[in-house]
Amino acid sequence: MDVKRLIWRGAIAAALGLAPLVTTARAQDIYVPLLTYRTGPFANSGIPIANGMHDYLIMLNERDGGIGGVKLNIEECETGYDTKKGVECWEAVKGKNPAVVNPYSTGITLQLIPKAAVDKVPILSMAYGLSASAVGEKFPWIFNPPATYWDGLSIVFKYIGEKEGGLEKLKGKTIGFIFLESGYGREPLPLLHQFAKEYGFTVKEYSVAAKEMQDQSGQWLAVRRDRPAWMIMWGWGAMNPTAVKRASENGYPMDRFIGIWWSGSDDDARAGGQAAKGYLSLNINGLGTDYPALQDIKKYVVDKGKSQVEKDKFGEAFYNRGVYNSVIVAEAIRNAQKVTGKKVVIGEDVRRGLESLRISEAQWKELGLPGFASPITNLSCADHNGHHAAYVQQWDGTKWVKVSDWITPMKDKVRPLLEEAADDYVKKNTGWPKRSEACDKST
Amino acid sequence: MDLLYSIFIDPFVQMATAPDLLAQTLWEGLVGGMLYALIALGFVLIFKASGVFNFAQGIMVVFAALTLIGLHKLLVQNGVSNATAAAYLALLLTIGVMFVLAFAVERLVLRPLVNQPDIILFMATFGLTYFLIGFGELVFGGDPKIMITEDLRLPTGAITYKALGGLLSLQRLDIAAAVIAAIMVTTMAVFFSKTRIGRALRAVADSHKAALSVGISLEQIWVIVWFASGLVALVTGIMWGARSDVSFALEVIALKALPVLILGGFTSIPGAIVGGLIIGIGEKLAEFYWGPLIGGGTDSWFAYVLALVFLLFWPHGLFGEKIIERV
Repeated sequence: MDVKRLIWRGAIAAALGLAPLVTTARAQDIYVPLLTYRTGPFANSGIPIANGMHDYLIMLNERDGGIGGVKLNIEECETGYDTKKGVECWEAVKGKNPAVVNPYSTGITLQLIPKAAVDKVPILSMAYGLSASAVGEKFPWIFNPPATYWDGLSIVFKYIGEKEGGLEKLKGKTIGFIFLESGYGREPLPLLHQFAKEYGFTVKEYSVAAKEMQDQSGQWLAVRRDRPAWMIMWGWGAMNPTAVKRASENGYPMDRFIGIWWSGSDDDARAGGQAAKGYLSLNINGLGTDYPALQDIKKYVVDKGKSQVEKDKFGEAFYNRGVYNSVIVAEAIRNAQKVTGKKVVIGEDVRRGLESLRISEAQWKELGLPGFASPITNLSCADHNGHHAAYVQQWDGTKWVKVSDWITPMKDKVRPLLEEAADDYVKKNTGWPKRSEACDKST
Repeated sequence: MDLLYSIFIDPFVQMATAPDLLAQTLWEGLVGGMLYALIALGFVLIFKASGVFNFAQGIMVVFAALTLIGLHKLLVQNGVSNATAAAYLALLLTIGVMFVLAFAVERLVLRPLVNQPDIILFMATFGLTYFLIGFGELVFGGDPKIMITEDLRLPTGAITYKALGGLLSLQRLDIAAAVIAAIMVTTMAVFFSKTRIGRALRAVADSHKAALSVGISLEQIWVIVWFASGLVALVTGIMWGARSDVSFALEVIALKALPVLILGGFTSIPGAIVGGLIIGIGEKLAEFYWGPLIGGGTDSWFAYVLALVFLLFWPHGLFGEKIIERV
């Protein structure tokens, strides 16, 4: 008994003794929390992204010893795509000097937006979240590059216009919009209705509640009745593969069915098999493993058993989306080190790093990702999004194939609406703080 | 006036002018209804045996489907070259796993809680749910899986023919789902109403103590009922999984059984069938003909409103047992 007690006491004493050392060591790290979801009804979309985000950052630690000689302390917090859990994650990580938080859910992002300025932690909602948060004067702590949902919708319409021989040809036609009944799904509706007025088409909305995701037979019957010229999808999780299946079952022409970049994972189309052939979606990142950085991830992370990715899913569209997210995080940290002259950077520094972030075509190449994404060139204090380009990919029955050039969004149409929406947000949220953060000269 | 027209006249005009679409809507409703009935059946069996709403039924559907796919993959990787043989072997093994699960639930969850208030058992099914979620994710991962539809020799493709002035398209898989669900529900209904075990089940449902006093083995009944419920979960998982994919999102679909149970009655197998069909057909008609008036999305709440309306007139459901308590 005494020996046991002695061992316990020794262990506790050792732990207490080491604690300050551990804390000191942690203080030398850059803390990067990742809000991910590997469980729950949306895990099919969350897992590949979580793997991609995690693996790229681990690769930087393994290959380069971190960023600027400082190791990254990477920690995942499971949200299950549940807004309440996402907020709990924020509360758990905000005190540990996070460099940046990636909520990976529009619902969670919407809840965190008012907290970011208070807790001095920047939020990176990469190509999701509140479109209006692109307005840096109103949302100095929120960043949503490379493009907003509204940019995405305008890119979809540019593609449709090209196929129709001009957007004016849409006059009198019907465009169907099927969406997940959520903040995310409803986000592009204002612009869609604006386009409908401008180009003279009718919009048919098909809302899909989360608990109906795996049925959707009612919605697709209505599509059959309404016969829209094009179907646009803002889906997520299990909604995507089911919609692709129902569309093919109802004989909807798959090459006129186009999803946003969050409706274009390999699993989304794979469930539909050969019948899903022709399905289109936007994409903002490269496909496959034919990039030096991806090969480094394989060498330093996957082959060493430090990744959770299944080997045949390495390099798929959403895995690479996660990689893209982590490239932005890593380059923002690197830029923050440059801007502030500090090695160990925290949220306030990384906010400045994000505001002046540049990833040129040459830099993408240096990063081992040539042509992987549109160059990030337009971020500034005023513009936290940049309105960068995306391309269209098409499912060939077994894999995604790039079928368009990089298409730039209709910034001239989107930006004024974003400014209006940002003003509206500020008006509705009485006491919204005026921007007090200085703007770096480099921006 | 326009509003009244679009609510009370226009939908019926649409039905009359496009009977093909009406027939298609009714068919989709029928298939959905049969599948809802199947899910509801799993709840009814356990409710009859233990008076508890089994919150774990949804996750049992996911767990059974994932086990089937996982075992099939394992068999194929280990040299069973014929995919169909592997699929049916995996099916048998999965049935075995569901029996083990039923046995474990009886031993580890139900037996220690005999004669405890119903709410304790209900909470225990919450615990079971979270255990199965965690265990399932640990073993199978959270990635979506594709149901082994073709290896199970389930029909695919569609039968399309011109009728009623339009085109009717019936998915072969939906036809199979409706037929299998009907057989399953009928078999269960006959088994639990005409056999000795069925009578014992009803006795257990009335009173645990009284059933024990006349020599009915509570443990045996519970294992049988949970096993039957597991079989229903397996069939549900195969059918729903084949219609989309198999992921933890399937768990949510089980919530659809709640209005079916309210409508049909928690203790009635025919009630589950009738309730399922009313909800299935009702929600498809409502979404198709009246949904556009309010921006669609009616199928997320219509079933509950319909159940509420039924509750006003039949508080125990259409076929539920009336509970009379004397003071």
